[in-house]
Amino acid sequence: MPLLKVNDITKRFGKNTVLDGVSFDLDKGDVKVIIGPSGTGKSTLLRCINMLAPPEQGSIYLDGVEVTGSKTDLYVIRQKIGMVFQHFALFKHLRAIDNVMLGLLKVKKMSREEALKKAEYELDRVGLSGHTDKYPAELSGGQQQRVGIARALAMDPVLMLFDEPTSALDPELIGEVLQVMQDLAKSGMTMLCVTHEMGFAKSVASEIIFMESGHIIEQSPPSEMFTAPKNERTKSFLNKIAELYGGEGF
Amino acid sequence: MGFFHALWSYLPAMGQGLLLTIELTAISAVVGFIMAIPLVVGILYGNIFFRSLCRLYVTIVRGTPLLVQLFFIYFGIPALGFRIRPFHAALIGFVLNSAAYQAEYMKGGFLAITGEQMEAAYSVGLSKWESIRHIIFPQAFRFSIPALSNEIIYLIKYTSIAYIIQVEELFAQAKYFASDTFYHLHIYLLIGVVYLLMVLVVTKGADYLEKKMYIPGFDVSHLK
Repeated sequence: MPLLKVNDITKRFGKNTVLDGVSFDLDKGDVKVIIGPSGTGKSTLLRCINMLAPPEQGSIYLDGVEVTGSKTDLYVIRQKIGMVFQHFALFKHLRAIDNVMLGLLKVKKMSREEALKKAEYELDRVGLSGHTDKYPAELSGGQQQRVGIARALAMDPVLMLFDEPTSALDPELIGEVLQVMQDLAKSGMTMLCVTHEMGFAKSVASEIIFMESGHIIEQSPPSEMFTAPKNERTKSFLNKIAELYGGEGF
Repeated sequence: MGFFHALWSYLPAMGQGLLLTIELTAISAVVGFIMAIPLVVGILYGNIFFRSLCRLYVTIVRGTPLLVQLFFIYFGIPALGFRIRPFHAALIGFVLNSAAYQAEYMKGGFLAITGEQMEAAYSVGLSKWESIRHIIFPQAFRFSIPALSNEIIYLIKYTSIAYIIQVEELFAQAKYFASDTFYHLHIYLLIGVVYLLMVLVVTKGADYLEKKMYIPGFDVSHLK
């Protein structure tokens, strides 16, 4: 049984159909990378999975539990799904340590000491043990994003969603975030990442999903996707990416 | 009899008036603030019933003169068969009025918070109300401090109209004094200064609160 099963989901915003019958699976320990032009519904797909944007049709299962079910306790499901945001979305009035501790205290109802220990461990894991008392505005973009990752990891999720985690960062700060993501992938975390970092996709992903206009156009391991894409649209998209970021085109 | 000599014998009454003015302002500001929280949350996050109810309340209060509201309470409550003292009528009027304005001021603070903050709160498993309480409100409140301190400043000055419904606050005492002694110019100049001093104290207090609650990334000085 896959850890995550996304089954024929459709999401509309008004008359605009953003996702149109999207299906895919994610096994435990899998890292899948979603690529595609902007406005194709990649971020919306992630938001459907943790029900920040509930889909109109279709079903999503996590660990055998239907996320989209009307009786599902969303607050329990969301604890199992860590989410990392493009613009970090740190709680701006809280220090780094409190950002990580909040969920532990208020959702997991841990004692203060327990939560502090866990939060310190998670911040250390992303290389920020020296910055625990800083407010988000005192941290660089890369550091903020790593706090965002630590905040999500602290809840012990079974699945991590990354919504373009590096696209709001200065080029020299991207590396530190990708390193944390790579370490996380190596540790066996199941991950679904929307990113344009093709180097990361090639080295870490078990499969690449190419999306366009709310559909999955092509889905294959990076070795295939980057050497012999089947679809013309995939080819032209990858060529554009290669033009922008360097690398080989087709 | 000179002005200061005349004033000396009126000082206890003036002191009483000043105390009433401070009481009216302080209670209205605090209770109004406590009432404003559910109002603004209702307007922004409530279901259609609460949202409409809270909006209607704010619309009515903001859309009618404060004096009409005070008269409505002062004459309306006795008409229902309950006795009410002028001070209590004024207090109810100012609290209800201030709640609506404070809700409206705080709305600006709430709307300054991006939707991603709520999404991030949901994503760690917080409920809607927990997210509002722990994430949105503490940030919105900081953004609202300059506007809320303005409301207290307005309140200090508006309490003077309570004299019309027989509340013997500072302005009413000055009026009695002027009628008795004919030192009109002197006394209104003096209480003008007293009101100004109270406003300055509140302004300084708000600055202190702002500094005390300062967090990097939350500079609200541009909102003044």
